[in-house]
Amino acid sequence: MYDNLWLIPFFPLLGFLINGLLGRKIKNEKVVGAIATLAVFASFVVSCMCFVRLLGDEVKTHENIIGSWISLGSLQVDWGFLLDPLSALMILNVTGLSTLIHLYSIGYMHGEDGYPRFFAYMNLFTFAMLMLVLGNNALVMFVGWEGVGLCSYLLIGYYYEKKSASDAGKKAFVVNRVGDFGFLLGLFLLFWSFGQNGVWTINFTEIAANAGALENGGIIVTLITLCFFLGATGKSAQIPLYTWLPDAMEGPTPVSALIHAATMVTAGVYMIARMNGLFAMSPDTMMVIAIVGAATAIFAATIGFAQNDIKRVLAYSTVSQLGFMFLAMGIGAFTAGIFHLLTHAFFKACLFLGSGSVIHGLHHAYHHAHLNHDPQDMRNMGGMRKKMPITFITFFLSTLAICGLPFFSAFFSKDEILWWAFASTRGHWLLWLVGTIAAGMTAFYMFRLVFMTFFGAQKTDPRAKDHIPESPFVMTFPLMVLAALATFGGLIGIPHVIGDLVGHIPNYLQQFLAPVFEHTQTFHGIEAHGAASAEFGTIGVSVGVGLVGIGLAWLFYCKYPEIPARFCARFTRLHRAVFNKWYVDELYDALIVNPTKRLGTGLWQIFDVCIVDGIVNGVARCIRGTGGLLRHTQTGFTHSYAMSMVVGVVVIIAICVFQ
Amino acid sequence: MIVSVYHYMVLSAILFSLGTIGVLTRRNAIVVFMCIELMLNAVNLTFIALSSYLGNMDGQIFVFFIMTVAAAEAAVGLALMITFYRNRESIDVEDFSLLKL
Repeated sequence: MYDNLWLIPFFPLLGFLINGLLGRKIKNEKVVGAIATLAVFASFVVSCMCFVRLLGDEVKTHENIIGSWISLGSLQVDWGFLLDPLSALMILNVTGLSTLIHLYSIGYMHGEDGYPRFFAYMNLFTFAMLMLVLGNNALVMFVGWEGVGLCSYLLIGYYYEKKSASDAGKKAFVVNRVGDFGFLLGLFLLFWSFGQNGVWTINFTEIAANAGALENGGIIVTLITLCFFLGATGKSAQIPLYTWLPDAMEGPTPVSALIHAATMVTAGVYMIARMNGLFAMSPDTMMVIAIVGAATAIFAATIGFAQNDIKRVLAYSTVSQLGFMFLAMGIGAFTAGIFHLLTHAFFKACLFLGSGSVIHGLHHAYHHAHLNHDPQDMRNMGGMRKKMPITFITFFLSTLAICGLPFFSAFFSKDEILWWAFASTRGHWLLWLVGTIAAGMTAFYMFRLVFMTFFGAQKTDPRAKDHIPESPFVMTFPLMVLAALATFGGLIGIPHVIGDLVGHIPNYLQQFLAPVFEHTQTFHGIEAHGAASAEFGTIGVSVGVGLVGIGLAWLFYCKYPEIPARFCARFTRLHRAVFNKWYVDELYDALIVNPTKRLGTGLWQIFDVCIVDGIVNGVARCIRGTGGLLRHTQTGFTHSYAMSMVVGVVVIIAICVFQ
Repeated sequence: MIVSVYHYMVLSAILFSLGTIGVLTRRNAIVVFMCIELMLNAVNLTFIALSSYLGNMDGQIFVFFIMTVAAAEAAVGLALMITFYRNRESIDVEDFSLLKL
């Protein structure tokens, strides 16, 4: 089985080639959708088989090398895949969600232009993401890393006739490029510093084995990990490079669910987990990661308060939840971070697809009534729970999950992160406090969204509101599966205190991931230690904060709907700042984008036009001038030629004679 | 008076110069052409005189070659001039200026 790991990325690649090359020839939408979905499903099946095999296996690390890529002196880079508990979880996550979202897209994208193009890109994305996750060395990972960036760009700009969509695609690409630059620098630095010790490798297992060659906590390892972390902030939308993610919502909703919530944006978290041995060696980098994560978690949550676009709220929520994952990585709670990555993938995919279902229904209704309203604006929604019962229930369950209500999935994962933040040897009570507040804010803005969308009076235009259909089964089925996962998915990682309380239920996830993280944690003495009562205390506080958030949202948006308006009138400037996302985009424009543009314009008008073009045109002008002078000797008169011949002969003879 | 090789040399130099001046000054293409022939024959005269003077037959062989080539050249040159005359109704070398600016 392990020799067939290459099949996992191969199937989506095949699907991409079929739909990409022949998609326009296949006139039938259903065939196109089926090919794409089956391709991803096939790799899901293979992933499951690998996972089951790995569960029962003593050896937890397997490599499958299908060919040599670069062979240069003592450096050997292969097209190789690595299966260990971490990548096994990730491939299950990627292929499983991808299958569901492909299925959903069959219904959602029905009747869109460029249907085959959409599915081809989605398959290409799945392929690239699997390369990223499975690569056994940093270069293969980088191929996937760039590949998902490319697909993200292509899919954000899917409606390329729309200016805002193509701008958003470009923005995502350019911002990601900044991060990729960090990734590459980190890779070069790592390669070079290993080379100083005579080891030329970028293979992950060898990096982990040879990490001891670098000075523990030294400046080199700190620089390497900081560069890699810059890469992670780009891909995973953390401060300072998070600005592209909310704009990425211009893409079709399934894209937002798959790429910009569940899989691609977690690549940075995965990368840190993959190189946990290296990151743990630098407490300074870890601290930076934890602080950036916590800051992002709370900062993005504040912006989520004032957005009216349903997808934008979810986008900021994603940024905020990714902040939690980075917080976990930064305090050494690798298992908790990966756990939150998984549960977040479940509930956020469900939330996005649910919002897509609402948008789809409203779009249909507006289209029916010949109205041109924005189907994503929550102010035009309300009371949708009666129109779309399945969407509502699944959305509501996922919202309960993201708020961390007891026994929903994020309850376990988020509380484990918060507990580690509080009690880990690399944690700090301030990080815990920030995380807890962010968790409360999450509950508030998520329930604000739910109340505005599904509860209260129907604010949709009366001409359209009777034509809102529930989405077809092909769309609701993935919602139900995801809602079930969001509800029960947390049970794979029940913390010890609760497990012991109920009966001896072990933390399966921790046991499963132990081969990847345990060595690092024991080696660097990273552990969360504290009394069980303290752990129950943090759990209680975060649940309490979540309930307060929900309660406030209920007060503001259900009980007394006039409060938000009064609040906005009272604190106009604050509201405007939050509504405009704290003017971060404007700040970046002023500080970076516009100076760069001006520099570009300057280089164009001065360097390019004057110097480069000047040299090229100058050479031509020189030659033309010389020719213009010389052509006067060509009179066209036979006599003058004869004369010049005679004169020449006389001169030559004179030279011969008088020499 | 004994005609020595010196006289031959002077004569051929005079003929060559006359030919050259003719080529440079005359406008009628046929006259120019005849002047070129004159120059060739001046050279022939030099060859023969020196051949006889030095007792070496090489010069005389060269003269035959030159005469052959001159005959071929006369044929081609005259054909060119006829063609030119048909096009331009003139054989004035001043009119041979199609390549002029």
